[in-house]
Amino acid sequence: MQTAAKAPRLKGSIWTDPKARAWIFQLVAIVVVVALGWFLYNNTMINLEKRGITTGFAFLNNTAGFGIAQHLVEYTETDSYGRVFLIGLLNTLLVSVIGIVMATLLGFILGIARLAPNWLISRLATVYIETFRNIPPLLQILFWYFAVMLSLPGPRQSLGIFDNFYLNSRGLYIPAPGVSQVFGLFLAALAVSIVIIVVLARWARARREATGQIFPVVLTSIGILLLVPGLAILVAGSPVEWTAPKLTGFNFTGGWVLIPELIALTLALTMYTAAFIAEIVRAGIQSVSHGQTEAASSLGLPPGRTLRLVIIPQALRVIIPPLTSQYLNLAKNSSLAAAIGYPEMVSLFAGTVLNQTGQAIEVIAITMSVYLAISISISMLMNWYNKRIALIER
Amino acid sequence: MQTHQFKPDLPPPRQSIGAMAWLRDNLFSSWFNSLLTLVAIYLIWLIVPPLLQWALLDADWVGQTRADCTSDGACWVFVKERFGQFMYGFYPAELRWRVDLTALLAIFGAAPLFVSAMPRKAFYGIGFLVVYPLVAFWLLHGGMGLEVVRTSQWGGLMLTLVIAAVGIAGALPLGIALALGRRSDMPTIRVICVTFIEFWRGVPLITVLFMSSVMLPLFLPEGMSFDKLIRALIGVILFQSAYIAEVVRGGLQAIPKGQYEAAEAMGLGYWRMMGLVILPQALKMVIPGIVNTFISLFKDTSLVIIIGLFDLLNSIKQATTDPAWLGMATEGYVFAALVFWIFCFGMSRYSMHLERKLDTGHKR
Repeated sequence: MQTAAKAPRLKGSIWTDPKARAWIFQLVAIVVVVALGWFLYNNTMINLEKRGITTGFAFLNNTAGFGIAQHLVEYTETDSYGRVFLIGLLNTLLVSVIGIVMATLLGFILGIARLAPNWLISRLATVYIETFRNIPPLLQILFWYFAVMLSLPGPRQSLGIFDNFYLNSRGLYIPAPGVSQVFGLFLAALAVSIVIIVVLARWARARREATGQIFPVVLTSIGILLLVPGLAILVAGSPVEWTAPKLTGFNFTGGWVLIPELIALTLALTMYTAAFIAEIVRAGIQSVSHGQTEAASSLGLPPGRTLRLVIIPQALRVIIPPLTSQYLNLAKNSSLAAAIGYPEMVSLFAGTVLNQTGQAIEVIAITMSVYLAISISISMLMNWYNKRIALIER
Repeated sequence: MQTHQFKPDLPPPRQSIGAMAWLRDNLFSSWFNSLLTLVAIYLIWLIVPPLLQWALLDADWVGQTRADCTSDGACWVFVKERFGQFMYGFYPAELRWRVDLTALLAIFGAAPLFVSAMPRKAFYGIGFLVVYPLVAFWLLHGGMGLEVVRTSQWGGLMLTLVIAAVGIAGALPLGIALALGRRSDMPTIRVICVTFIEFWRGVPLITVLFMSSVMLPLFLPEGMSFDKLIRALIGVILFQSAYIAEVVRGGLQAIPKGQYEAAEAMGLGYWRMMGLVILPQALKMVIPGIVNTFISLFKDTSLVIIIGLFDLLNSIKQATTDPAWLGMATEGYVFAALVFWIFCFGMSRYSMHLERKLDTGHKR
């Protein structure tokens, strides 16, 4: 309430004064929260003492003593719990990043397909979306793992694809890239082409601003990127050497193996999240009114540029905020891996390490803070991007 | 005098009506479109006939044991034989009528709430919400003349529904309170609510369930302990209330400032302003959002598998590891998917219907 002159305070008890009441309420709230906190803390301390559980983070230096199916950095059984934590974190990040990239791709394709003028394609996309978003992600993970991956044939009867990829119940075996002698030359060629592109883009922009003529920067850039390193490959040979997996005895050697847990998890998370992203993309594109397209074509913009300069920037503003929460969901859903034993934060750290050390509070606190940190980083990144593309109004 | 004789109307051009025109417009309007159509037809041909073959044509429907599944297709005998376990878990077979009765009471008790013309709906609704949980608890758990069935024997679809229903019923009031707190003028209350909401929204439900199963016993005083189901429910309610709070906040923010000012001008205090003016409008607006939250809660109930409760999914998972029925994973999970899908799809259709029905006058 904004009044020019403050009215003289009416007589009344402290209960009828909103300001005083606000103070009392807040004091009560603080007292309740602090008391609750103290109550929990006190109980915990008593309980821990009774059960003889040690506290503190010293256990992170103890030897873990168990093997892990997938580790992105060096790990042996003699390494510490701290190292196990790092491996769990990296595996969580691996699944999240792969899932986010693939779900975005699939989701955008499905979202556009749903709006396609082709009746059959849009119906197919609708059926996909309605099927996969109404089935719990955990069920999808279990399905891919137990019903699909584990029922594949063993290594000796594995399904070969192009003689370099092998799929069996122990995972997908793919050729591993290795750096060859001419890798430096290839990198140099790549750097040269990037420099050329930067110079070209600056020149094209200056010319456009001066004369209004448009130079196809993107197409030429792709051309240069293909041409210069391609020439380097032609002259000096391939920069990477592939080691294909080979069946020796009962298992494959050489190459890389994607363990079945990883495949099942990424497949399920991708397909589940893509269904949601598709709906977000559809809503975003539909939110741009048809008048925008008409205005663009009346200005003489060709359809491709209309899409790139008029429709997509406006649709993205609607798409980005819900897309962010889908990314967050995917990162959090990666914890469902605990159900199939993919070695990530929850199954490795909150599962195995907790069982071995018994230090529930520290372990759960660390696990939760990791997810909080991941959530906050994704939101900050996407908020930054959202701010960059947001509409700047008068 | 000359009169004009109208000739009969010509039929529309042949190319613009009928099936051929529809095909031309929707499937073969350009070469690219035609290509897409062909790809789509190929995809359908690749997926649908083998699926039908497996699920229906080649499937086994009759029998009692695994040996009765002789064909190549699905073995639905497995689902049929274990159906009781999938629906009721380890609930004693002779007492299952109590579960059925609880479900019937829910359906018939709640049905009047969905009739638009029903008079005194709010009154009835509140009465139902107060009386039904007591009756349901008495029927399911027993006591007072009924044989007690411990919660460790609950399971299957029944447990899934219990967790979802209790979860939403507990999370709704807490979520509304949190949303009001987040919009409060008092900084301390706001900070407490924002911290609470953002904390639960930032962590996965699995870690919450882990916490409620391993840490809750440590938090409570000696001698005070809950059973596993209650602990899971506490976790689910706390987790879900944060999401409900955000949905309700959306509704609160959508109410024009004039409504607040008008309520204040009428001399209403905070609680009466919220209870009589703001919340009725805001909640009505966010009903679809709440239904959507409920759908995700329903799907999330499957996570109780992690702490060893036997909901629908876990009952099926356990049944697939039974040595007498090895290799039935696909049938089991397909059945589970179908059940979850029916519930979630039905609710999402209902939420869309509500969205259309409630879309009156608030958009300017």
